[in-house]
Amino acid sequence: MTQQPIDRQEYNITAYTENQVGLLNRIAIIFSRRKINIESLNTSPSEIEGIHRFNIVVVETEEVVRKIARQIEKQVEVLKVYFNPNEDVIWQEMALYKVPTDIIAERALVERLLREHGARAVVIRKDYTVFETTGHREETDKLLTVLQPYGLIEFVRSARIAIIKGSEGFHHKLREFERIEPGQEVSENDYLNSRDKVFTM
Amino acid sequence: MYTNQQPQPVPTSPEIAVAATESATRTLSGAEATLLALLAEGVDTVFGYPGGAIIPIYDALYDFKEQLNHVLVRHEQGGIHAAQGYARSSGKVGVVFATSGPGATNLVTGLADAQIDSTPLVCITGQVFAHLLGTDAFQETDILNITTPVTKWNHQVTDASEIPAALAKAFYIARSGRPGPVLIDITKNAQIQKADFEPYQPCNHIRSYRPQPLVRPEYIAQAAELINKAKRPLVLWGQGVLLGKAEQEFAQFIEKSGIPAAWTILGAGALPTGHPLNVGMLGMHGNYGPNVLTNECDVLIAIGMRFDDRVTGRLDKYAKQAQIIHLDIDPTEIDKNVKATVPVWGDCMETLPLLTQLVEARTYPEWRQRFLDHDAEEIAAVIQEELFPTSDELTMGEVIQHLNELTQGNAIIVTDVGQHQMVACRYAKLNHTRSNITSGGLGTMGFALPAAIGAKYGRPDRTVVAVIGDGGIQMTIQELGTIMQTGVNVKILLLNNQFLGMVRQWQEMFHDRRYSFVDIASPDYVTVAKGYSIAGRRVDTRAELHAALQQMLEHPGSFLLEVMVTRENNIFPMVPQGCGVGEIRLK
Repeated sequence: MTQQPIDRQEYNITAYTENQVGLLNRIAIIFSRRKINIESLNTSPSEIEGIHRFNIVVVETEEVVRKIARQIEKQVEVLKVYFNPNEDVIWQEMALYKVPTDIIAERALVERLLREHGARAVVIRKDYTVFETTGHREETDKLLTVLQPYGLIEFVRSARIAIIKGSEGFHHKLREFERIEPGQEVSENDYLNSRDKVFTM
Repeated sequence: MYTNQQPQPVPTSPEIAVAATESATRTLSGAEATLLALLAEGVDTVFGYPGGAIIPIYDALYDFKEQLNHVLVRHEQGGIHAAQGYARSSGKVGVVFATSGPGATNLVTGLADAQIDSTPLVCITGQVFAHLLGTDAFQETDILNITTPVTKWNHQVTDASEIPAALAKAFYIARSGRPGPVLIDITKNAQIQKADFEPYQPCNHIRSYRPQPLVRPEYIAQAAELINKAKRPLVLWGQGVLLGKAEQEFAQFIEKSGIPAAWTILGAGALPTGHPLNVGMLGMHGNYGPNVLTNECDVLIAIGMRFDDRVTGRLDKYAKQAQIIHLDIDPTEIDKNVKATVPVWGDCMETLPLLTQLVEARTYPEWRQRFLDHDAEEIAAVIQEELFPTSDELTMGEVIQHLNELTQGNAIIVTDVGQHQMVACRYAKLNHTRSNITSGGLGTMGFALPAAIGAKYGRPDRTVVAVIGDGGIQMTIQELGTIMQTGVNVKILLLNNQFLGMVRQWQEMFHDRRYSFVDIASPDYVTVAKGYSIAGRRVDTRAELHAALQQMLEHPGSFLLEVMVTRENNIFPMVPQGCGVGEIRLK
């Protein structure tokens, strides 16, 4: 009696965390335990020194993502978790393409390639050239399709990084977290205000 | 930094220990710092088992025998279940020592049990020297990654100077918010290493961790409004009431609001079983009334419980007609299984008094009568024959009934998992909180014997009765050795139906009586007990039962009483798997 999942779409989960050995595993198993595949995962510094930022992309229903976000935020070393559909974030992925220089120089209109795909050449050597482009999945995929016929040697795409359009950053929230007595700010929650989008505690 | 040198004997002395509790900075080994941290946290009892990677801590323990009572168990699983029993009976954090590798992996079942049942534990495991990590060294295992899914927090220490802060965090995390197990893995070099230590600082704040949510008065007001409008309200309470130490606040809420209240097995005893508003046990083998009437109430007030599937049955047939108020300290529980109309996120110690202030003093005589009517049906169909059987063979229920008469409901009942557990939870009279200790969420067979040992250490002033089946006792029977050596006074009430009874019941009801590997043989338990110098007796007739129970309770030390009960008895009522609570069967 498995129910067909409804309204599955890409969600961008943003987690602000301490920089702690083992936390990646603690977060990853929240997904694997529920047999949810992580489409993309990036960890990086955040706007605040010492605070790390996870960007995780999954294709799921909002209800499932909400529960996952709560489970992540429940981890001792996680400060805050947000989840947003694609329209709420500015996001980018970077891709690198390695192609044989002789073929590409001879047969492709390199200049047009670069212009049309917003790509740039990172390395040009006698034997190979590496192009780089940044954008949404479709954009990096498009250049991949274009370069395939020219003897593409290697292709790699980075995880997604995303900025939340409506976010005011974490500086103010962090000050609240550092206080012994929590203020309303960190105790706000999605049950009262907006039983959607942002989960905070 | 750690050093690669070979382990050296660590000179320790009680003088150093005493001095370190004063204000000056002292030079100590990591092992000594570990023990001083435990003392500073108020730990009096540790359950453990030594081994190569934790020898320095045991060496330091040699000088702390007066301050710390170490209970040598027979298996690390026994150690952690004992610590769970200790934590559950006392309300304090249970502490376990184990060595690396197999010692640490033997803790996993107990950690999983404590995680799902929210039991505060701090487990300290030894680990190989830091320079050997990742080399497949002797008795090395990646215990942090093994235990990550079953701990609230875990952490590895490789330098002695980190020990006090790590333990301070461990105790704070284990006992605050929704409690849970924490594991601290200390490499051997860190135990040996000397460092300068400041006086111990307990932890009361971690910026990324918010155990105590700020209570929102809006929710309290909304909840009170729903309750005040209700015609047929029902309270379901769970272990949250006990964990929040809010038994009194809970009773005041129930008594003012006049709302009938039913319990999950981990919540049992927070309100005495004889309380007029206590309408009984929820769930698969719970009482008839609270299950059926869950689907007839208009407002359901869930307090410190998590709507486990054994409580709710089929979710799409669960309390669909009711408005749901859910009080919980853990926000991940709210809306997890059952969608709340009004979520009251907070510590019930705080939220219950606020709610009590706003609810009107009421009684619901007609609604209450519905529960009594269902009780009468259940008594006629199930309870009468279970507690006062007319057949020759003994029932589990009548054993518990005689036990109630003798203890008057004042004992701590520790149960294992299976039919006897359901019978004990259903029929044991409990006058006091923290009197029903059982493995609820994980359903760990083998829990009861070691947990009872721990429960007795946690509450030496109370009688502790371990109710165990013939399957479960054989899983951790080695802990009879712990009882023998320590002389701890635990009453072992073994209900022997010569079957793995609960599985047999399912095979009978749902698998055409194909009894597949449930016919389990037993040793002569009384002789086994005798081998461990524990007094014992076996009874199989009604005539001997009462006197035998009395003998068990009055015996000056531990006592094993084996009662031969009817082989093929089934536990009813029952909500079959996949059915709604309204479909509960009386036979």
